[in-house]
Amino acid sequence: MSGRVLVGVKRVIDYAVKIRVKPDNTGVVTDGVKHSMNPFCEIAVEEAVKLKEKKLIKEVVAVSCGPQQSQETIRTALAMGADRGIHVDVSGKDYENLGPLQVSKILAALAKQEDAQLILLGKQAIDDDCNQTGQMTAALLDWPQGTFASEVSLEGDKINLVREIDGGLEHIKINTPAVITADLRLNTPRYATLPNIMKAKKKKIVTVKPADLGVDVTSRLEVLKVEEPPQRQAGRV
Amino acid sequence: NSQTVVNRSFKQLSRPWGACQAGWRSTSSRSVPDVASHHPAEVVSSFPPLQTYTEEEGMMREAVKKYAQERIFPLVSQMDENSQMDKEVIKSLFEQGLMGIEIDPEYGGTGSSFFSSILVIEELAKVDPSVAVLCDIQNTLINTLFVKLGTPAQKEKYLNRLSTDMIGSFCLSEAESGSDAFALKTRAEKHKDYYVINGSKMWISNAEHAGVFLVMANVDLSAGYRGITCFIVDRDTEGLEIGKKENKLGLRASSTCPLNFDNVKVPEKNILGEIGHGYKYAIGMLNEGRIGIAAQMLGLAQGCFDHTVPYTRQRVQFGKRIFDFQGMQHQIAHVATQIEAARLLTYNAARLKEAGRTFIKEACMAKYFSAEVATLTTSKCIEWMGGVGFTKDYPIEKYYRDCKIGTIYEGTTNIQLSTMAKFIDKEYNV
Repeated sequence: MSGRVLVGVKRVIDYAVKIRVKPDNTGVVTDGVKHSMNPFCEIAVEEAVKLKEKKLIKEVVAVSCGPQQSQETIRTALAMGADRGIHVDVSGKDYENLGPLQVSKILAALAKQEDAQLILLGKQAIDDDCNQTGQMTAALLDWPQGTFASEVSLEGDKINLVREIDGGLEHIKINTPAVITADLRLNTPRYATLPNIMKAKKKKIVTVKPADLGVDVTSRLEVLKVEEPPQRQAGRV
Repeated sequence: NSQTVVNRSFKQLSRPWGACQAGWRSTSSRSVPDVASHHPAEVVSSFPPLQTYTEEEGMMREAVKKYAQERIFPLVSQMDENSQMDKEVIKSLFEQGLMGIEIDPEYGGTGSSFFSSILVIEELAKVDPSVAVLCDIQNTLINTLFVKLGTPAQKEKYLNRLSTDMIGSFCLSEAESGSDAFALKTRAEKHKDYYVINGSKMWISNAEHAGVFLVMANVDLSAGYRGITCFIVDRDTEGLEIGKKENKLGLRASSTCPLNFDNVKVPEKNILGEIGHGYKYAIGMLNEGRIGIAAQMLGLAQGCFDHTVPYTRQRVQFGKRIFDFQGMQHQIAHVATQIEAARLLTYNAARLKEAGRTFIKEACMAKYFSAEVATLTTSKCIEWMGGVGFTKDYPIEKYYRDCKIGTIYEGTTNIQLSTMAKFIDKEYNV
């Protein structure tokens, strides 16, 4: 199987940051807070780049949905070895309400437009922990899905996958095209080396709007309130 | 984005100072889009603050920060204890492209800018100043000398190795000549098409692992410093003996060895640059290396500070955080100011050099000041940590030991001050 892989990369608040809820309880503080690529998305990028290095696929396209700053996340993917990027421009209120259903519609549309053979995503994002985008994307495209992947190997036009499930490890074989979501132990993402950061500057990022893809990003969910978990009380012995 | 702001500002800066060449690498001649339309909230300034980085510089800094924290930090204490740089660390420095930052990709390098080198050195120093100095010497001294002075054949032979797997050492100081560098006694006698080098060098960094040595030797002692010539000496050359490394107070993971030259034969084609011009090259390179050391000391101070402040925010005495005592707050704020000032001096000196403007006085100021700030910061940090600051279980005491060399090597503080004074004297010579 040789072809194009779409990798979704999400810009999230960095894992090391202490999250604080906004005083008006509408969300968490994001202004001036350090953001980086979702760790599971890093693992997905790494897997895609490895497949390209093994010459099993020919092009890695990094996709991110969000405001202008999402381009930084795409650049990081480019520095890790992705070939080009697509930035789906979603900002303001639309971005605040962006969830797995809208993103999966966008990814499905892009997969058709780019004639992708494989979609690689992180299993979930560390900000909303939804764990839905991969599954929804596969359903919308009517493609097989291999979620929580800890091992991926391509065999002709099929994929052998090991999934980490509650009971242990599940071995499955799926057809392509397919959606795979990466779990923690799939690989160890490489650092963006300095030469690769320099090369990434020359790689192209194209910006599109959801409307261009025929996707309506209106949310069917409304966040009513966000609050911190109750303070831990002291125990008693 | 910040790159367009920087591009636009430098176009404006270079107009009033038309005489200077704006050698700024990131400036492109394409027309600059209006920044305001992309970021309505962003203040568009004609003169961006010094802490403005191009996108690539920002990405490099993040990448090195992550790499240093994950790959170097766990080994720091052990490398210091054993006075031994871990081979895996050296290998990964090359793999990350950190050893050939300004070398052209044609020779396997990263092809980035001087300022990127400075940022890399600063980030490495926050974690381990010994690793930072290894990276600094390679990039600002060895690579620069080869790039500026190398013949095509020399570049072909060495630059690729220097970016991918070979460390270089710069050999100037001797037992009897430190600050008085040009009084060096190592001599090179000409025979037909080769030279025979005899003498010894002292305090040579990276010597334990270096594959190539740039040796300053005098071809004609009667000509004084005008006989000093730079020779490329490969490690395995017969007669070159690398002595036992020094047992040092700080920067212990960085090897510092004496070298002995016993009738070392070096072919004529191994002369770097011109005969008798070695003194010029040494001064020139050390002017740039100075900024690298400033970055190292800056990173050292910042790294130490970053380890200490969280402790002061946690430690409670007399019912409140020790950070909340006014005496502590004033000291902490004072040190933070000094670090910021050191940062601005260092970044500005680096930007001046990149812009092709005179930078020697500013480089001296940056190195001198950063070393002093590192000394102040580390000393204060130990005090703020109290008893635990004094133990090896915490990284603070290592920073304290490491900082002292900053006021000594690559030009002592006294030499920096005298150099600055010479410039000041000239400035007032109307």
